[in-house]
Amino acid sequence: MMPAGLLGIEELERSEIEAILNRAKDFQPLENQSFKRLDLLRGKMIVNLFFEASTRTRTSFEIAAKRLGADAISITAAGSSVSKGESLVDTLNTLAAMRPDAIVMRHSASGAPHFLARHLPRTPIINAGDGTHEHPTQALLDARTILDRKPTLEGLRVAIIGDIAHSRVARSNIYLLSKFGAEIVLCGPASLLPAGLACMAPGVRLTYDIREAIRDADVVMMLRVQLERQHEAAFPAGEYFQFYGLRLEHLDLIKPDALVMHPGPINRGREISSEVADSQRSVILNQVENGVAVRMAVLERILTSHAETAH
Amino acid sequence: MPKLLIKNGRIIDPASGTDRIGDILIKGGHIVRIGEDLHATGVIGFDATGLIVAPGFIDMHVHLREPGFEHAETIESGSKAAAAGGFTSICCMPNTNPVNDDATVTRYIIERASHSAVVNVFPIGAITEDCAGEKLASIGSMKEAGAVAISDDGRPVMNSRVMRRAMEYARAFDIPVIDHCEDLNLSAGGDMHEGFHSVRLGLRGIPSSAEDVMVARDILLAELTGARLHVAHLSSRRSLEMIADAKARKLPVTCEVSPHHIALTDADVAFYDSNYKMKPPLRSEADTEALVQGIADGLVDAIATDHAPHPGSEKMQEFEKCPFGIIGLETALAVALEKLVHSGRISLMRLVELFTTGPARILGLNRGRLEVGAPGDVTIFDPELCWTYDVNRSFSRSKNSPFHGRTFRGGPVATVVKGAVVWRR
Repeated sequence: MMPAGLLGIEELERSEIEAILNRAKDFQPLENQSFKRLDLLRGKMIVNLFFEASTRTRTSFEIAAKRLGADAISITAAGSSVSKGESLVDTLNTLAAMRPDAIVMRHSASGAPHFLARHLPRTPIINAGDGTHEHPTQALLDARTILDRKPTLEGLRVAIIGDIAHSRVARSNIYLLSKFGAEIVLCGPASLLPAGLACMAPGVRLTYDIREAIRDADVVMMLRVQLERQHEAAFPAGEYFQFYGLRLEHLDLIKPDALVMHPGPINRGREISSEVADSQRSVILNQVENGVAVRMAVLERILTSHAETAH
Repeated sequence: MPKLLIKNGRIIDPASGTDRIGDILIKGGHIVRIGEDLHATGVIGFDATGLIVAPGFIDMHVHLREPGFEHAETIESGSKAAAAGGFTSICCMPNTNPVNDDATVTRYIIERASHSAVVNVFPIGAITEDCAGEKLASIGSMKEAGAVAISDDGRPVMNSRVMRRAMEYARAFDIPVIDHCEDLNLSAGGDMHEGFHSVRLGLRGIPSSAEDVMVARDILLAELTGARLHVAHLSSRRSLEMIADAKARKLPVTCEVSPHHIALTDADVAFYDSNYKMKPPLRSEADTEALVQGIADGLVDAIATDHAPHPGSEKMQEFEKCPFGIIGLETALAVALEKLVHSGRISLMRLVELFTTGPARILGLNRGRLEVGAPGDVTIFDPELCWTYDVNRSFSRSKNSPFHGRTFRGGPVATVVKGAVVWRR
């Protein structure tokens, strides 16, 4: 049974993930062909509620909704009643009273969508990133991107490098990759790599050494250093690139056909060198492309199954 | 003053080691007779057959929010919740507005309580002015006005030199220093216990060491100054080990444990429900087990609720925005019975001790026992009573409890203060 919304990867069944990834393939645009608008979700209203700055996630949710024929409205905290001191519950109650078919939400507080899902059980909520907890559609689009180039996730060596402690992308990816039997190596400064990470899912290992982490890797996922989420200097930022930045010389350590990924926005010269970001190995822009296809699959699945169960 | 005859109950009195069926006669606010087959004329009778009759329970750690935060709780509403939890005496923490940091506020609270409270209220004064951790509050005058302890609960004194002076000064007035042990720099920004679950939920952690560091400091300062130190809501295994060590060295150090810290763990914080958010945070299962063992071993001196009312508007927010604290007066006995007595870890006698002579001894209160001449405060409870907690029917003005909807085995049946039945189920 499909849950009412999409709050995280942790609670998602493997078969559910497979269904979304397979459906997303149908929504990938063919080469040199502009995308045709579908009307699978005609008459549906989707509210994109972004309490935190976002370019790619918000845009791709909007495009996904529109390509499916749904009406999408985007609201950002700065231009809404949130900036007038309205509480999260009241904002959501107000929006829910307008009967949207789904609410896509990005929020800086971990668990904000879970909290709302408890109070608004009738409106499906899609988590577009909550604090330092989960970012499920990012993990789905990352998996789609890998599977476009690799036959299976099983047995792949995936290195995730950077500020794991504050990364919702890392958490969602750990859950997803582990469900499919990948081997996951997490790497970053010790103060951003809490020991509890190793217990999150089977197949997870920690290391402080980037060379060890990426050796023979099939996939290297670089994370942005989220200085805005650090409440004190947990590491000396000046030497971050020296110890944890991915540079050309590292590419010899990874497998010849390995992929370099990054959820964006990238900081060239901080966690990844320009040369690597623009190299043949980099699939960063394919990730963005797949963002739309995967979000179309998610929206379709949630909105059509929800409509069925509602009647 | 009413005359009350409690008949045929199982009297459990840790002070005298009594555990037998009998009657208690209360007149003029005091116990006048304890025995079998008592008879008296013109009395109100209470049939306690099949029930436990214990000295009135004392909760030494309560936030009543008055003055200043009456939308969350008042002395009246908090005292009614206390009565419904079987407590006949409660001690209120000074973090009101204004802070109880001088005798005027202490006297105000006592005056308000004498009119509106249904149980005895004993104020706890601040250690420092405005609980700001800088200048010592007027500790001597607050004690003279009726304060039974001092504490900067919730805003612990970070400056060790100030804490040292406070302990030295308090010692001369023979008033215990209660510390909420938390290194505010280590805990800054944290929302829950630091461990696997905080990592999993993406919530910032409060390490056990934030508590341990301060327990260690306070024990060293108590040794230096000779002050009576009481550690509030102890939650960590390592802290308990340090208390054990201090007690073995005969230092005047005591501690309390809150019911939620033995009943719940950090694994319960799932779903980001702010009714599981408090300080210290719900710790790991190993900590919980250590606390229960500490209670069984006699290391823990009292159970105290840290009843911390917050109105719904404050608890209905993103987890990280919600204030810390939960209410606990009405569920404390039931939780303690379930986790300690029914699980076979301690006897009923020991349980009663944790709620009566334990806190009375720490605070130097002349109560918590059943004997002729003692205050007529009695807690009557049924260890087998089956009941379900409905927070919407709570006497508290706030509803922030993780135990809403929980069915308990055992709970209070009636609460007697100065010979008057102030609450009965």
